[in-house]
Amino acid sequence: MNFTSFQEGDKLTIALTGEIDHHCAKTYIRIIAAKIETYMPETCVLDFRDVTFVDSSGIAVVINALRSMSQIEGKLLLTGLSPQPMRVFRASGLDKLVELREAVS
Amino acid sequence: MKFGNYMILEFPSKSCNESFARSAVACFAAQMDPTLEELGDIRTAVSEAVTNCIVHAYPNKLGTIILRCRILKDNVLDIVIKDKGVGIPDVEKARRPSFTTGGTDRSGMGFTIMESFMTTLEVTSIDGKGTAVHMRRKLQRRT
Repeated sequence: MNFTSFQEGDKLTIALTGEIDHHCAKTYIRIIAAKIETYMPETCVLDFRDVTFVDSSGIAVVINALRSMSQIEGKLLLTGLSPQPMRVFRASGLDKLVELREAVS
Repeated sequence: MKFGNYMILEFPSKSCNESFARSAVACFAAQMDPTLEELGDIRTAVSEAVTNCIVHAYPNKLGTIILRCRILKDNVLDIVIKDKGVGIPDVEKARRPSFTTGGTDRSGMGFTIMESFMTTLEVTSIDGKGTAVHMRRKLQRRT
């Protein structure tokens, strides 16, 4: 797994890659929390463009990022979601807590 | 004839086998000509069931997970995922959304996702003996 992040003004974008399951969820949670703590952005964008699979462990990754962002009164946004992650996030009701944007094809 | 075809896998409860298990089932299901959405749903449900075995059935040790897939008539994929772990004391409670005995890295949505992505889901558990998750997905026939 690879993490690239970049900052534009008060917006921090973290690009996630690969398959997010229980095997690697803890690493994603830890790295996202560390990046938010370092940059303290007003908006954090999790870019799912290169994420090919997500299961319920991915929900925990997003919930933890949401928690980090609400501690600093910031906003979380998910972009580039392909159909499989979108279905998992919608089935769990995550779309009621976070703005989810589909991948532009 | 695809009807009657089956496969059985046995592997230890190592978390690196989560991706192996869902990929193996997806490869097996490919002969049924599933849509991408159906394949995604099946991979997700298998990932949830196998993760449950790894996290909950064998919390502090390695154990064996058995996965069996069969193709039934009318294009139905039948999957059983079994462990010989600690069992689930209250299956009904475990199936409730957001219920989890895991930590903050768990969402408690595993069974909810299996239920919404598969056509049927049955969970049988004997305290101290293990759990079997039996799920089926009917695939649409494409013309």
